[in-house]
Amino acid sequence: MFDFDYNFRWNTALKALPDMLAGSWVTVETAVISMLFGIVIALGLTVMRTARNPLLRGFSSVWVSIARNTPALFQIYILYFGLGAFGLNVSSWFALVAGITFNNAGYLAENFRGGLKAVPETQIKAARSLGMSAFQTYRLIVVPQLLRIVFYPMSNQMVWAVLMTSLGIVVGLNNDLTGVTQSYNVLTFRTFEYFAIAAVLYYAIAKLIILTARLLAWRLFRY
Amino acid sequence: MFETSFAITDLQFMLAGAWVTLKLTLWAMLIGTASGLAFGLLRAIFPLMSAPLSWLLDVFRSVPLLIQFVLFNSFNSIAGLNWTAFAVGCLVLGIYCASYCTEIIRSGVLAVPSNVTRAARSLGLTFFQTLRYIVLPMAARVSFPGWINLVLSVMKDTSLVLWIGIIELLRASQTIVTRIQEPILVLCIAGFIYYVMSWSVARMGAMVEKRWQEND
Repeated sequence: MFDFDYNFRWNTALKALPDMLAGSWVTVETAVISMLFGIVIALGLTVMRTARNPLLRGFSSVWVSIARNTPALFQIYILYFGLGAFGLNVSSWFALVAGITFNNAGYLAENFRGGLKAVPETQIKAARSLGMSAFQTYRLIVVPQLLRIVFYPMSNQMVWAVLMTSLGIVVGLNNDLTGVTQSYNVLTFRTFEYFAIAAVLYYAIAKLIILTARLLAWRLFRY
Repeated sequence: MFETSFAITDLQFMLAGAWVTLKLTLWAMLIGTASGLAFGLLRAIFPLMSAPLSWLLDVFRSVPLLIQFVLFNSFNSIAGLNWTAFAVGCLVLGIYCASYCTEIIRSGVLAVPSNVTRAARSLGLTFFQTLRYIVLPMAARVSFPGWINLVLSVMKDTSLVLWIGIIELLRASQTIVTRIQEPILVLCIAGFIYYVMSWSVARMGAMVEKRWQEND
């Protein structure tokens, strides 16, 4: 069954490690940017969902359902090839960031909605009757409590964002971790070695994010 | 005014791709649920002994699926297994699925109150009878929504197999885009097909959930 006629060349592959670490940095950066924009948009979508205007409500529910019911790769594709059809030639990095942001915003909005239910309506009413504006109420009363509830799903989403950046390779991104790995792969055809190192790096990034999130939660959410 | 070179055969090609997507999802869910059930029970019943298992499964959740496909595909040729790309896709997705399913089943089993299991054992049911007639039916109701979500996410993740050369829905639409150069139209159709597939799975899930609620 097994006929191993293959010599692993780990030494050659390990020489690519500095470049791959640089690629990891791009990966993390991309994920962080998409996450930050994702959070802001998701907060907007969550507020819109509670709005009275049916147009706003419709817009946010369409966004959420498209983001959640189609593959992330599809979303990146449509931004990359679709915008190109209108003569807007976006770079593959931009398409990747925009695609992941779109996806993150959809998933996070759903999480926020769940979190929002946990903030009692009476608190908002109390804040408003104390003379706070709607914006102040959200910023000072609702969002801090919301963040506490959605922190754990958010750190999960961050890991997913990192894993999703690997899709950039499909639209031709070549400086993130997967992109760098693939360029070494096509030069040498040592597919297994390079991608195994990439897998280890991705695992390390994911674990670092979880660890950071734990530490942050411990620091931020102490009463 | 509105012209397109999108032909009916193109639609057939895309639907054939959608069928591949569905087949992949089905196989992945079969492999994933069967092993997820076994692993999940192990995790719930022997939490300490099976801790290494959970570390192992965690790896599959922390490495991008695309990398897993490439790795296993190259391992396939290194070891001379000569599996088809489809089989590789099914296996990788199946393991990925199992790693999530294990957690879903484990939390479902742990949600069954220990009083209930003890009562069943006191009534003279054996360990396996308790599992079969008491624990699993109750755990199934708790795990089911999570399981449906898993089906939906696996269906979307099947789009990544295009990288190892399987022509599924997204790859099929890309092929058509290359030929007729109308990306928006073709991708919108693909998106619509994905949306309909996800929507019907979610719908069926909601129906089953509703039926089960009547018996509670």
